[in-house]
Amino acid sequence: MAANSFRPRVLTALAGLLALSFGSLADSRIEDQAEQFFRSGHTNNWAVLVCTSRFWFNYRHVANTLSVYRSVKRLGIPDSHIVLMLADDMACNARNPKPATVFSHKNMELNVYGDDVEVDYRSYEVTVENFLRVLTGRVPPGTPRSKRLLSDDRSNILIYMTGHGGNGFLKFQDSEEITNIELADAFEQMWQKRRYNELLFIIDTCQGASMYERFYSPNIMALASSQVGEDSLSHQPDPAIGVHLMDRYTFYVLEFLEEINPASQTNMNDLFQVCPKSLCVSTPGHRTDLFQRDPKNVLITDFFGSVRKVEITTETISLQPDLGIMESSNKEDQIDEERMEPLKYAEQLPVAQIIHQKPKLKDWHPPGGFILGLWALIIMVFFKTYGIKHMKFIF
Amino acid sequence: MAVAVRLALIVLLLLGPGGWGHTEPSRDSLREELVITPLPSGDVAATFQFRTRWDSELQREEVSHYRLFPKALGQLISKYSLQELHLSFTQGFWRTRYWGPPFLQAPSGAELWVWFQDTVTDVDKSWKELSNVLSGIFCASLNFIDSTNTVIPTASFKPLGLANGTDHYFLRYAVLPREVVCTENLTPWKKLLPCSSKAGLSVLLKADRLFHTSYHSQAVHIRPVCRNARCTSISWELRQTLSVVFDAFVTGQGKKDWSLFRMFSRTLTEPCPLAAESRVYVDITSSKQDNETLEVNPPPLTTYQDVILGTQKTYAVYDLLDTAVINNSRNLNLQLKWKRPPENGYIHYQPAQDRLQPHLLEMLIQLPANSVTKVSIQFERALLKWTEYTPDPNHGFYVSPSVLSALVPSIVASKPVDWEESPLFNSLFPGSDSSSYFVRLYTEPLLVNLPTPDFSMPYNVICLTCTVVAVCYGSFYNLLTRTFHIEEPSKGGLAKRLANLIRRARGVPPL
Repeated sequence: MAANSFRPRVLTALAGLLALSFGSLADSRIEDQAEQFFRSGHTNNWAVLVCTSRFWFNYRHVANTLSVYRSVKRLGIPDSHIVLMLADDMACNARNPKPATVFSHKNMELNVYGDDVEVDYRSYEVTVENFLRVLTGRVPPGTPRSKRLLSDDRSNILIYMTGHGGNGFLKFQDSEEITNIELADAFEQMWQKRRYNELLFIIDTCQGASMYERFYSPNIMALASSQVGEDSLSHQPDPAIGVHLMDRYTFYVLEFLEEINPASQTNMNDLFQVCPKSLCVSTPGHRTDLFQRDPKNVLITDFFGSVRKVEITTETISLQPDLGIMESSNKEDQIDEERMEPLKYAEQLPVAQIIHQKPKLKDWHPPGGFILGLWALIIMVFFKTYGIKHMKFIF
Repeated sequence: MAVAVRLALIVLLLLGPGGWGHTEPSRDSLREELVITPLPSGDVAATFQFRTRWDSELQREEVSHYRLFPKALGQLISKYSLQELHLSFTQGFWRTRYWGPPFLQAPSGAELWVWFQDTVTDVDKSWKELSNVLSGIFCASLNFIDSTNTVIPTASFKPLGLANGTDHYFLRYAVLPREVVCTENLTPWKKLLPCSSKAGLSVLLKADRLFHTSYHSQAVHIRPVCRNARCTSISWELRQTLSVVFDAFVTGQGKKDWSLFRMFSRTLTEPCPLAAESRVYVDITSSKQDNETLEVNPPPLTTYQDVILGTQKTYAVYDLLDTAVINNSRNLNLQLKWKRPPENGYIHYQPAQDRLQPHLLEMLIQLPANSVTKVSIQFERALLKWTEYTPDPNHGFYVSPSVLSALVPSIVASKPVDWEESPLFNSLFPGSDSSSYFVRLYTEPLLVNLPTPDFSMPYNVICLTCTVVAVCYGSFYNLLTRTFHIEEPSKGGLAKRLANLIRRARGVPPL
């Protein structure tokens, strides 16, 4: 009897021990999950994608930017959180043999322009001043929401720039440049104004690494397609379109991003390995010393996607229809139904009225200070020269 | 029993709220329409119009419930106190000479003209803010509109809707000719439609087909209209129009047959469920032109005739809300085919082969009465080999005259000719028919001035070259190869001795 009662007790004890251990394991797993929940620290994602080149032969820069736009939209960032700046229109260019398309792969495999694109700054609006105003938030009053970067201190921002560049500068539209110092200062302004939580800066130009040399604000990670002294090369031309379609670095980044979905756990170290020298001819570089987290803990979707933490609830909320408002609005409409006299349409070309209308005279303004001062000077000089006795002939 | 009571209670509860808050009569309605017009040049024009009419007074700001009328535009009207707004984006130019008059033409680029209400105090400030907001909505650079490109027309651009006074101080007009239209402008335009691009006529709006056109114009027009025939109250009308012209050569590959699938790469499957009317009109006025008849497939159930832009026009009507139109095939693919009657002409052309045979062109034409027919042939002048030129090339080269063999109808009937009895001048051509006579006419030969090379040039070149070679090379050759050696003067030969003898005899000093 004792033996019989002993065994179940041992068994229960064992079971208890096992449960405890499982519980502790589960606890630590829950802790891990909780830590992962808070690991990234951001609550919203923004993207600023800039193409700075004009003219048809710079088709590849527009295709670069649009391929990043496509990936970013696919991974969840909505158009309202993307500021897309394209310095020229390639899709509806008269030289494009397939209008409303921008291809990234030859033989027209992938149309990165798509059917649902919203360009915020286009053509002549892409200037250094507008770019810096977008970053720092000092936009002129009246700028619509879609053209503003409304980020806060919990935003992760992806900034992608492409175009023609050199050692320490990036050319905008063949007429002006932005230097790496200006860019670094703009990012510092953003940090001071708490406009970002973490920032990923990617640049695909010749000597791109020079653009991130001068950054000094925290929480910035930067990638470039080539080192100082190296050129970034283009990938492949398409014989039907007649220009090079993409740059090598962004082409391989696009191929890498096509494998990513919103749930993938790929981290930044994999992005650093994209496009080795054998494929890219130039040496891609990166800079992580300003970044607080370890790149292997940073997910690609932290910057390229908009992965929200969702909590599912099973409570129900009942909505009460508010009958009072509906009835009052009905009454108001019935009141203003009746008008006194019928309205009529305006005559489109009333010739008699036009002929006889007087042209509006501009309002007469008194002469300004400059004119008055000039006349006073002339009169003073006259009287000084010829004497005051001439006054009586005037007055 | 209790269950029945409970059920009855539940039923009553369900009916109660439904009975009190009676469903509002819908205050806004949508009509969509597509007009397909085959153009005289073989192209085809398609004009979409989506009209949302909202029976409401938008001047009051308490309006917050938007159904079919888009909220973005409704808020614009109330915030900036707009009376009318007309915004268009166009790429290309409507060629009236080849295509006929347009329904509504727009200038190339972006055009914006707005009538503000007379309650607005600072019109210029509202104008600037409005253009900024519109640039955000339509993804265009309308923020470049400022006082340097805005005018206040004094006589034209009268309001297209209801207006009780037209003080042109409240009108502003601006055009940006450099503005490009592309998919990024079409996307927000489509999002303003009640059915977006999911159902109805808007499924045909695919960017890759719409921008592969000779003319693309999309516009937004907002204006107040009469709500009823007595015109005692105002409704707001929003019209979104899109006109495209498909080119026969670019899109149609040279053929004049069109179908909805060819133009838009889509067909119509259903009307927009929110639309009160959804119709397709096909212009069949010019159904007979150039001996070609237009056939529309499937045949229309109704037609519509009216005087449009000054001419009487007939349209075939397809009502998508009518279930007989979209029948068992579940989609409507309109096809326009031009049927040409069999020709009764003859053309034979044999092109020339260089230095082998000449061109030969034979055409059998039926000339219409009281008309002038011109036949012209284009040619290029080529350079011959220099041995093929005649000694007098500047005279020109002759092209042989053309021959016209004609059967001319004769006014007076002639009787058949007996060749032995009649005089010789009447029996040149055998005449078979008494109602017409045969004649063969010739044109003048054509004297063509071909590009003639300068034939004196070879002689000049040879002379010059030889001179240069002789002078330069010859001198060098002599300098390099001539050796100088001293020669003793010879005593003299036999001739010299004989000459000296004769000279001595004469008394002249010897050689």
